[in-house]
Amino acid sequence: MDYIGYSFLSIGVAFLLLGSLGILRFPDLFNRMQAGTKATTFGAIFSILGVGFMEPSWLPKTFVIVLFILLSNPVSSHALARSAYRKESKLWKDTVVDEYAEVFEVEKGGE
Amino acid sequence: MNETAFLIFTGIIILAIFLAFIRLLKGPSVPDRAVALDALTTITTALMVLLALYMKRAIFLDVALTYSIIGFIGVLSLAKFFEGRS
Repeated sequence: MDYIGYSFLSIGVAFLLLGSLGILRFPDLFNRMQAGTKATTFGAIFSILGVGFMEPSWLPKTFVIVLFILLSNPVSSHALARSAYRKESKLWKDTVVDEYAEVFEVEKGGE
Repeated sequence: MNETAFLIFTGIIILAIFLAFIRLLKGPSVPDRAVALDALTTITTALMVLLALYMKRAIFLDVALTYSIIGFIGVLSLAKFFEGRS
């Protein structure tokens, strides 16, 4: 059980570090958001599950925390991305695809 | 959990917090800072759970859950605030 916990913790901590490195280094807001949300969520889930495996009596409570992170993080990042796009924050100059633009034009015309 | 492993894991997490905090300080626009804050909330939750394991106190798990809930509500209200301000 200990070895599973250690390996889960190592994976999770490595992903946390890579995610925040992505927040620091990526060029625009939406790139940063995908590093800072997905990698960080994955890393946090793996670290918390690793702690749960090392102390098996805490496993139910860690499952509750993991479930909450898994439910709440996509919602908050979605709301942030949407509001940032609507405030017309700039995309990176090499951005290839922007599918929300057409829908956004229609929505703006309708208002 | 032995001392060395705890120090290594905590050191890496603190390095991650430091990197995200640089972005929080210098982010060019307000949503950039909000993204960094969102990530910092998640990283701090993981750090609190790790601390609970080191100190063998299960109450820190409740603290981590509460902190995560409050951070979620905070980021949502920030997003709502940006959107409504235009």
